[in-house]
Amino acid sequence: MASFPILSWITLLPILGMVIILFIPKTQEKAIKGLTLLITSVQVILSIVILAGFNYSKGGVFDASSFQFIEKFRWIDIEGFSWIGRIKIDYYLGIDGISVPLIFLTAIISFISTLSSFSINKSVKGYFAMFLLLDTGMMGVFVALDFFLFYIFWELMLLPMYFLIGIWGGPRREYAAIKFFLYTLLGSVFILLAIIGLYFSTQETLADGTKVFTFNMISMMDPANYTATGILSPFNPNNLRFIAFLGLFIGFAIKIPMFPFHTWLPDAHVEAPTAISVILAGVLLKMGTYGILRINYTMFPEITKQLIWYIALFGAINIIYGALTAMAQKDFKKLIAYSSISHMGFVLLGMASLNTLGISGAVLQMFNHGTITAMLFLIVGVIYDRAHTRDIDGFGGLGVQMPIYTGFTTLAFFAAIGLPGLSGFISEAFVFLGSFGFESIRVIAIISTLGILLGAGYMLWTLQRIYLGKLNEKWTQLPDMDFREYAMLVPLSLIIIFLGVYPSAMLDLMNTSVNSMVQFLSESGKFLGSIK
Amino acid sequence: MEAPLKYIFDSIQFLKPEITVSLFLVILVTVDLILGKKNKQILPYISLAGLLITGFFVIQQFETSAFASVQNNIGNFGLIAVDSFGNYFKLIIILSSIFIILFSISSIEIKQAFDRHGEYYSLIFGMILGMMLMVSSVDLILIYLSIELVSLSSYVLAGFTKHSLRNSEASLKYIIYGSAASGIMLFGISILYGIMGTTNIYAINTVLQNGAFQPLALIISCILIFTGFGFKISAAPFHFWTPDVYEGAPIAITAYLSIASKAAGFALLIRFIKITFIQAIGSDGYWQLLEVIDWKSFLIIISIGTMTLGNFAALWQDNLKRMLAYSSIAHAGYMILGLAVFSDQGIMAILIYFMVYLFMNLGAFFVVMLIANRIGSEEIDDYDGLGYKTPLLAVSLGVFLVSLTGLPPTAGFIGKLYLFIALVDAKMIVVAIIALLNTVVSLYYYVRVLKHMFLAKPKSEEGKIAIGYADTVVLMALLIPVFVFGLYFTPIVNLAKNSIALLGF
Repeated sequence: MASFPILSWITLLPILGMVIILFIPKTQEKAIKGLTLLITSVQVILSIVILAGFNYSKGGVFDASSFQFIEKFRWIDIEGFSWIGRIKIDYYLGIDGISVPLIFLTAIISFISTLSSFSINKSVKGYFAMFLLLDTGMMGVFVALDFFLFYIFWELMLLPMYFLIGIWGGPRREYAAIKFFLYTLLGSVFILLAIIGLYFSTQETLADGTKVFTFNMISMMDPANYTATGILSPFNPNNLRFIAFLGLFIGFAIKIPMFPFHTWLPDAHVEAPTAISVILAGVLLKMGTYGILRINYTMFPEITKQLIWYIALFGAINIIYGALTAMAQKDFKKLIAYSSISHMGFVLLGMASLNTLGISGAVLQMFNHGTITAMLFLIVGVIYDRAHTRDIDGFGGLGVQMPIYTGFTTLAFFAAIGLPGLSGFISEAFVFLGSFGFESIRVIAIISTLGILLGAGYMLWTLQRIYLGKLNEKWTQLPDMDFREYAMLVPLSLIIIFLGVYPSAMLDLMNTSVNSMVQFLSESGKFLGSIK
Repeated sequence: MEAPLKYIFDSIQFLKPEITVSLFLVILVTVDLILGKKNKQILPYISLAGLLITGFFVIQQFETSAFASVQNNIGNFGLIAVDSFGNYFKLIIILSSIFIILFSISSIEIKQAFDRHGEYYSLIFGMILGMMLMVSSVDLILIYLSIELVSLSSYVLAGFTKHSLRNSEASLKYIIYGSAASGIMLFGISILYGIMGTTNIYAINTVLQNGAFQPLALIISCILIFTGFGFKISAAPFHFWTPDVYEGAPIAITAYLSIASKAAGFALLIRFIKITFIQAIGSDGYWQLLEVIDWKSFLIIISIGTMTLGNFAALWQDNLKRMLAYSSIAHAGYMILGLAVFSDQGIMAILIYFMVYLFMNLGAFFVVMLIANRIGSEEIDDYDGLGYKTPLLAVSLGVFLVSLTGLPPTAGFIGKLYLFIALVDAKMIVVAIIALLNTVVSLYYYVRVLKHMFLAKPKSEEGKIAIGYADTVVLMALLIPVFVFGLYFTPIVNLAKNSIALLGF
């Protein structure tokens, strides 16, 4: 099993599927849908194989030897001259406890949104080709350990996402799609610049003793690999590390999206088809927080610590601003979109606490937010497919008409509020415990708890307006859920309940890695701080 | 043997490519005369054969490093420098010429002027000869002559399809602007000759090293000479002809101007600045220029102006050809940055960028031409719903435009990556940020075409646009490198790395 390149398979399988789809005649819609479903199910199976084979005691994070399922090949190798060093780029994949939950999440969400995509009947071939390309991009970001490769996967998602929103979206789809595209590209050019800067500041020692510049992310985490004069080297007194940190942080923050870079999100969500909203909320947003955790935290630990208060503050702003805005929405989907901003704030807050509790809470919250919000968007999709409206005030009393659907909705809403017994509670509790335990952001943590209250407020209020009360006469013909919708909502519900009751399943997975990260932050931050 | 004659005969071995081109120019004219009014289909194939032979000679002498047409009275410097840098650009010129001739075979605009095919291909060969001399000449007189040869051929080619009003307008504007630019340049050359006493740029370098010159006159003459170069590479503020000429000229010629003549202009500019003003090259690849003119600031300002103007003007264009004209101005702006770094890394970045740019820009123009062949329009609004009528063409155009934006995994990303690597290595961070923000702006207008092709509904339900077998092959020859070089760029970087050597430096 050791030699089977499972990460390559799980990442590149969708591209393979895309190529096959391009050769299927476009009238064979069933075959195209079937193939996509097959590929995403294989991805789920592969992700379960990865979970089963994952060694809980290996930390990863900054230690190349304890990453798992490593695949490393020389990809580009260009001999150097006197004036230009050897250029070496590796195809380097590997996972640790921080990426493994997200890989599982990506596989599950891709599978479920494939099911949700079955209702698409406009240009089916193009849709699923783009969908699979997107899938590869998402998976690739979480497994890449070479910065160049990471960036390629990161950018690979933009174009499919633009088309998926722009062709299959709602009435204002063109505006939403280009807004998404421009925002994200703006973010990623800053990331690119930081990558080049890091490349010129880090050297890796090869087996024959020569030193070459490297895109290896793990080498970039070790201060010993930095050159004396590199512009992002801590040894260079005139370094630009602070600016590079900000560049990377803004690039990732746009994806989260963090206030004030969030304005693309409501547009994108409202216009995107249900399946794409699910992917967007379920996986894409996680890339932002994953990037900050994987890259900003480990490559710039001293600046992370310096700015930690602001990261926490922006987390709190996200929580409260998102919740307040959600409360004011009339459109059901927009409400969920803003609630998503609010919930991503918890991830930022948890990350800012710099201790095991908080960071575990943040990673767990990434996973839980992925499942819960995916479920919420599916729920919006179910009702929109039937009623063709999302106006919250236009409903009422659906609980009588669609009892099973209302049951699932209640579960998802309660999970989003953070009711004990459901997964959302655990991660939010961890985030608050963690951030409360870190003295300098304690005040922010206390203020953020207001978000929970507000969250309960808008969620329960929405529940009341749509599902309780007197049944609106218009909707007496609405049927309850069908088989496909069960197939989408049941697995997510099971995950939500299971992790609510037994969170250790996920926490144990990431525990060693989170501990290594916390330890790394406290130690190397000190080291780097002393250079300055 | 008499000395002048000896130098001419000694040079023949280095001038095989140029001689081949001249020979085929004569062959084309002769064959055209013999054939009379029929059987002119054979002309493009003769041209292709000529280009392949020329290409062979260029590759054969790739590593050569020598002067041709030596004049012993000025310290054994020649008129022409044969070196790998020049040969790299000759390859780019030949490669793009091959594609242009393939384009011309399937272009309806060109087909309509069937009886003048002989002139068309001989003019192209005249232009090739001019460009090949441009990339290798080191004497101001020859520089001027080669620029004129290229310009005169391209004035006629730009107005080749006579019956279109737009076409004649383009040609006339080109002539007026071009002659003004070359007049100014000639004036600059004469001043430079006046203060240096020589027209050979190697000899001028020697004079400058000794420090015996009048600084003000030198600066004025260099700025005047830059006008001529700036005109050829369409750098702001010498770009005004570009949009009109690009829009009016036949598409094949527009594509040609945007690659080959621009490449020749860049090669000349780089050679002129490096050879004339160089003092030494450090082992880290950075050049030390003589501190007589602040070329760095000058080029950075020109470059930022060019890219910003190109990108912002492109935002408002409704004609795809015109938009691509502004986009090509913007790309020239990025490439000038590569020179402004004044290092071998920067030159390598330009070389990589040009090779990549050749495929993606020619590809974009080729698709525009194929579509214009059918729908008779280049207006972006007429592209509505094209993605559903002709998926292959629309997707290919999409890939070329994404590559022009510089997104991975296309080759355009590699071009930009190396440029930014050179900039960051030279610690020109602010300039790099400005260029990157420009890239974001450019995304908007490139994606706008995608929007019309895929997001908008077709205006009419007319049938599909089918393309022929030969056109598909040419399209693939442009499309596949855009992907392959995006993911595996070792060959292109290796070639560029081995081609930065200018004769003597």
